[in-house]
Amino acid sequence: MKNSNFMEVSFKALSINEGFARVCVAGFCVQLNPTIDELGDIKTAVSEAVTNCVVHAYPKHNGSVTLRCEIDGNDIKIMVKDSGIGIKDIEKAREPFYTTKPDEERSGMGFSVMESFMDRVEVEKNEDRGITVTMYKRIGQENLQVGNA
Amino acid sequence: MYIKSKIYKNTLYVVLCGELDEHSATHARVTLDEIFSNGGFSQIIIDLSELDFMDSTGIGVLIGRYKKMKIKNVPIFICNPSKHVEKIFKMTGLYDIMPKIV
Repeated sequence: MKNSNFMEVSFKALSINEGFARVCVAGFCVQLNPTIDELGDIKTAVSEAVTNCVVHAYPKHNGSVTLRCEIDGNDIKIMVKDSGIGIKDIEKAREPFYTTKPDEERSGMGFSVMESFMDRVEVEKNEDRGITVTMYKRIGQENLQVGNA
Repeated sequence: MYIKSKIYKNTLYVVLCGELDEHSATHARVTLDEIFSNGGFSQIIIDLSELDFMDSTGIGVLIGRYKKMKIKNVPIFICNPSKHVEKIFKMTGLYDIMPKIV
């Protein structure tokens, strides 16, 4: 029978919750028997998405972040949603080294890292406020590659 | 996160320990600037063998330190990055300014 599961959690957009979000998603993904590398990829991508919420979404107050993970077979879908100020030009924001805060020693590589570590990344404006970053990854590809070698 | 350091034969050895993300970035910046300001060395080696996690926020921290040390002509080298950290370094081109040493 095909593996199907989900989890959802909300938390305040505080930097201390980045570690919580990473561990939370990694713990949920363990049921797919990922490799250490795959878990590392997922943790890094989640950290980047949550950092965006913490640093950019709420300039005046710490709003909330909703983290949802869905498992469908060997596929994991991770959604990181905020209700903040949003992104005016999403395509521009996804360009490597682009940052709206050049004075704060920011690398501007957040979305590039997400794209590099996951199979696919979508960034969409929410109907009301904020954005949702949706990331996809198929677990077990590394094992397949080893098996086929 | 915490940072260990020592000077040996004009080289400042810095070991980053724990997790470097948005939450620990300010502490890392302040601590590294403090260690770097003490002087008594001509090059810096940053050892990442005890760094359990780093995302692109860490790249910003390291580039910031590189800019400050470049003014003083003090080169910075990286050693022992994890596979994930190495992946981020390669995609951001960080090794062009902070070469990896074995």
